[in-house]
Amino acid sequence: MEIPLLAWQGLVILAVFGITLLIATYSTYAERVVAAFLQDRVGPDRAGPFGLLQPLADAVKLFTKEEFFPSGANRWLFVFGPCLAMTTALMASAVIPFGNTLIFGDGTEIRLQAIEVNIGMLYVFGVVSLGVYGIMIGGWASNNKFSLLGAVRAAAQAVSYELAMGMALIALLMVTGTLSLREITLQQYNGLWNIVYQPLGFIIFCVCAFAETNRTPFDLPECETELVGGYHTEYSSMKMGLYLFAEYINVFVASAVMSTLYFGGFSFPGEHWVYNTLTQSQGELFAHNVVTILGTVTIFAKIFFFIFFFMWVRWTLPRFRYDQLMRLGWTMLFPIAILNILVTGACILFFGAKDPKIEAAKKPQTTETRTVVRG
Amino acid sequence: MGTSLFYFLAFVALISALGVVFAKNPIHSVLFLILTFFAISGHYLLLNAQFLAAVNIIVYAGAIMVLFLFVIMFLNLNTDTEPHKPALAKVTAAVAGGLLLLVLIAALRNVTPVGADAATFDSQIGMVNRLGLVLYQQYLLPFELASVLFLVAMVGAVMLGKREEGERNF
Repeated sequence: MEIPLLAWQGLVILAVFGITLLIATYSTYAERVVAAFLQDRVGPDRAGPFGLLQPLADAVKLFTKEEFFPSGANRWLFVFGPCLAMTTALMASAVIPFGNTLIFGDGTEIRLQAIEVNIGMLYVFGVVSLGVYGIMIGGWASNNKFSLLGAVRAAAQAVSYELAMGMALIALLMVTGTLSLREITLQQYNGLWNIVYQPLGFIIFCVCAFAETNRTPFDLPECETELVGGYHTEYSSMKMGLYLFAEYINVFVASAVMSTLYFGGFSFPGEHWVYNTLTQSQGELFAHNVVTILGTVTIFAKIFFFIFFFMWVRWTLPRFRYDQLMRLGWTMLFPIAILNILVTGACILFFGAKDPKIEAAKKPQTTETRTVVRG
Repeated sequence: MGTSLFYFLAFVALISALGVVFAKNPIHSVLFLILTFFAISGHYLLLNAQFLAAVNIIVYAGAIMVLFLFVIMFLNLNTDTEPHKPALAKVTAAVAGGLLLLVLIAALRNVTPVGADAATFDSQIGMVNRLGLVLYQQYLLPFELASVLFLVAMVGAVMLGKREEGERNF
């Protein structure tokens, strides 16, 4: 057991990376199964038992297709686009806490989170806002009018919905008083989930998450009825595969962020009862680790539910028209998000903040603390 | 490690900033500018200003440059369609740039770098809560004035973009 802490953390990083890819892979399978279920079809059942090897078959197909470069395309950027889409999609899962800490017998404590930063929420937001570059660059470099239109649509859509998303996050931030995703989860560990404090904020965030991941009903950038294939019209082989794969990773990350921010992350009802019961019979260490593992199972259950929700919506709702999309973003979500901030602020003023730290910050500071701030 | 990281980031920032100026294709210029912002955000992180680093990425790389790219893609600027710049404009640009360089050199000539004292240095100085407290207590008035300025600019943009009576574009 003489493995240094850094190695453990590296192991967790690798595990998070692998799990992200694995879940994205099987999301493609789940998408087909859910679509088949909702449309009363059989779905994939040829490759392996229950069609479980379908993602593998897809990968083989994509890898062996011809690499195609359209004439007049900017070759560097044409390749760079899908790489960027994939990279930005994978970056976001680094700060999501997939569980509390595991404590070993010798006192080593490892977090089930790749990296813990105190600006976790901003990090996710920043990475998400970069995601659109992959689509834009790829669409422009294809030297195709339909691709360009898809890219331009993606840009306008991303910027419009990021605003409302940021506003929804600000309201949440006012409630929690911290940007660290781990601390936000731990607050919900000891109290109610944030969905109780921010129901409106969650709805706004959820709609914006759909728009940011370019999922139906917001998949205007690849709208095949108008734009052939949108930004990936000219893409073939694995470059195309990377774009599609990045979308599923984004869905996974969006689900993870939603369950962390609004649905308690790795906290589950009755965790204190489990902890206390096990502490009495097995000791504190064992109880802590069991609760952590149960918490990890819980957050994955929540994530899977949200991934299913994404698919459920995709196969239920039709696509928006582009002016409807813009009207929804700017004249509905944005004002509602601002209203949500005002209401949240009023509630905090009347009922007091949830977190005592915010209460402390509201009080006028003494001169002593002020000098510390300046120095 | 901090020093070598600093030199690496400075190298990236300078090279990509030069790329912004020298790139023939405006799209490449924008992409180089985004890379510059990333290098500068790296510098912020080295200075322990995490919030500033994140906001720099979100606002500049994530929103403003997306809009830049958006507009440039629409304009479809090529070397063929680019109008020929007269010699007078080039001379004027060179003189203005030279003057700016002169001012910068004059301003920075006598500056001596002040290193942080490890004993009294507050590592939490760049954290969000600290920054918020300073911004909303010490600099409340300038902060609010800046936000009013943004509001004015926004109202102006909406006024300019507003549809005239009876006008229909689609």
